[in-house]
Amino acid sequence: MAAVAALYKEFKKLGVEVLAMSTDSRFVHKIWQEEELSKMVDGGVPFPMLSDAGGMIGEVYGVYDAAAGVDIRGRFIIDPDFVIRAMEVLTPEVGRNPKELIRQVKAFQHVKETGEVTPSGWEPGDVTLKPGPALVGKVWEIWKP
Amino acid sequence: MAEMKDGCVKPARGPMMPKPSVDVPKEGSQVKEVERMHAQVGKEAPDFEANAFISGVGFKPVKLSDYKGKWIVICFYPGDFTFV
Repeated sequence: MAAVAALYKEFKKLGVEVLAMSTDSRFVHKIWQEEELSKMVDGGVPFPMLSDAGGMIGEVYGVYDAAAGVDIRGRFIIDPDFVIRAMEVLTPEVGRNPKELIRQVKAFQHVKETGEVTPSGWEPGDVTLKPGPALVGKVWEIWKP
Repeated sequence: MAEMKDGCVKPARGPMMPKPSVDVPKEGSQVKEVERMHAQVGKEAPDFEANAFISGVGFKPVKLSDYKGKWIVICFYPGDFTFV
């Protein structure tokens, strides 16, 4: 969570609202913020920390582990039309890569604005593809892994 | 920051199912199974409301659909004070 918070400025620049959620209560969120997160990252976690007590929201999002009683590590990108564009769910031992999250947000924003599509590993400035009959069988001419 | 007022127990709405269609199944007709709401890429995000702590603001319920029109990232994580 602190790693996402550390890149908050970048999310803000992209116009992204970040929401964090676990099964902890809002009271525990407050103390975690004050006692630990604010010491890990300057200013702590600047976005809302939501309480999914009971895991009912996590259940709907496919991340609730009923045996452990927690929401496992899952992240979702939702576009301005309220459509889920991406999801990534990990078992809890491995942390996420917020830079990849930011890359995906940039790619989805580009796709939504332009109608182009972005090849594997695309970063802003890289070549994009314009799907259509003319491109069939010709991708190799403009893009290689 | 003013002292926050907050009770011990505060229900939030949790997942918010879309309103069921108004069609009342006729007797003898097959009852359509209610579609279970779940998150899926390319589909509308299931809406919800949850109690939240917001640094510098305090405690307040947050509804996902209040952010409609913006790009949103939701990060679930296993728990406060865990190690990763």
